[in-house]
Amino acid sequence: MDAAAVQVDNLVKSYGAHPAVRGLSLRVERGELLALLGPNGAGKTTTIEICEGFRRADSGQVRVLGLDPIADARALRPRVGVMLQEGVGAYTGARTSELLRLFASYAANPLDTDELLARVGLQDSARQQVRRLSGGQKQRLSLALALVGRPELVFLDEPTAGMDPHARRATWDLIRELRRDGVSVVLTTHHLDEAEQLADRVTVVDSGQVVAAGTPAELTSSGAEGQIRFRAAAGLRLDSLQVALPVGAQASEPQRGQYLVVGEINPQLLATLTAWCAAQGVLAEQLSVERRSLEDVFLELTGRQLRT
Amino acid sequence: MTTTYVPAPAASSTGRMLAAQTRMELRLLFRNGEQVGLTLIIPLLLEFFFNLPLLYSLNGRRIDFVVPSILALAVMSAAFTGLAIGTGFERKYAVLKRLGATALPRSVLLWAKTLAVLGLEVIQTLLICLFAVVLGWHPHGDPVTVVLLMALGTIAFGGLGLLVAGTLRAEVTLAAANLLWLVLLFCGGIAIPLDKYPHGVHQVLQFLPSAAMSDGLHRVLQHGAQLPVAPLITLVLWAAVALPAATRWFRWE
Repeated sequence: MDAAAVQVDNLVKSYGAHPAVRGLSLRVERGELLALLGPNGAGKTTTIEICEGFRRADSGQVRVLGLDPIADARALRPRVGVMLQEGVGAYTGARTSELLRLFASYAANPLDTDELLARVGLQDSARQQVRRLSGGQKQRLSLALALVGRPELVFLDEPTAGMDPHARRATWDLIRELRRDGVSVVLTTHHLDEAEQLADRVTVVDSGQVVAAGTPAELTSSGAEGQIRFRAAAGLRLDSLQVALPVGAQASEPQRGQYLVVGEINPQLLATLTAWCAAQGVLAEQLSVERRSLEDVFLELTGRQLRT
Repeated sequence: MTTTYVPAPAASSTGRMLAAQTRMELRLLFRNGEQVGLTLIIPLLLEFFFNLPLLYSLNGRRIDFVVPSILALAVMSAAFTGLAIGTGFERKYAVLKRLGATALPRSVLLWAKTLAVLGLEVIQTLLICLFAVVLGWHPHGDPVTVVLLMALGTIAFGGLGLLVAGTLRAEVTLAAANLLWLVLLFCGGIAIPLDKYPHGVHQVLQFLPSAAMSDGLHRVLQHGAQLPVAPLITLVLWAAVALPAATRWFRWE
């Protein structure tokens, strides 16, 4: 059996007196997409750059495709694709297509560069100098550079930063295709929707430590409850509603005419509620079902908002 | 879209990487206006102006003195100032870091840079010599010795250039490399013969790499000397200090 795509155990890294990563562990299986989610300064980039071999860990063990990122760099480089956070990080005087072809020349079986350029939506900028590309275009080129060598593992550090919503969707599609084709992916993000949309598993990081890990569904459902809100005439008979609801659900009227049902949200609860309203001749307006989002999870775990 | 990303990772051959990287380095050199000005246009302009009897008078054919000076200047411009500035900014813009995460080995990157500088020097030398012939130049000496001097000068200056680029900030590198270029041009035995300086100063300045290369080239090309031993030794010493120092202290990001 192959080694894990990435295995990090008890990773510690400080910059001077400032601890960036404090005993972080994670594991990425082959063919899996792991999102490293956390606010700026959580230690995501430091962790990923240690996996990429750019930095040396103070202590702890890091194995990428079963190899040491620094000692085995020569063997590892061709197998790993990297998208840096600080932009393209490449010759700004080169043209877009030249740069992609240069990176393709490092690989024995590269992707077709014209096709890849079109896939990231840069076919019209092929002859443009890299320095004249917009921020979002540079990100897309950077993604193409990471993929052109047909790596088996890619590290994407904030892949959609600076992209407009359209480019962002297109990039998500591309990342899904990577997963479909069996590429292992580690991406960092501080966008919850990105993690929820793409990841097989999410590792939530704060202050250099893992605060939660699991599938997006596990993280958003574990132990936590959701709520249903609706508006109706003031003074509904809550005691009657309470009798109708399943055990554990709580109905209340926090403000006149505004109702709140808290409990384990499932189709049964919603059906019970609307049936009770129908029996009472009550039209529930602005009815909304709110499940716990990763945002709520993060807030609960750290007491802080994810986006700063 | 039928693109498939099914993994098939493998590094390509060293030869293919070296060829592609060298081509890119050369292309970027010739696309950069400042590099072209520094390494091609300024040496040719100075070849023309130094041939005019403006700054000082010389015994013998003036152009025969000027050409070895300009060849030394061309090597210094390409291998030291140009390489230092180019590499300094590549470091600043994380190009070196990004390339470090590819299958391209660092040794191949350094060889590509070396080949690009050598390719540039071949073009410089051709243009300078052609223009010199037009100006009435009569070369002497053994071309092999000339190549040896220029190659040693390239290694010494290249090592110094990488040492500066790999240790200082890009903006400081830019200033330092240009300033040193100017200082060595006038005080390093290139534009002004060192015997125009007081004897004591001359004794010190002759050990500068620019002076050694310039002196060696003058001895061969102007006076037909066989093997200019002292300049060759001086250049070997500079190379022996600069290259290990660059290797030791060069920071890639």
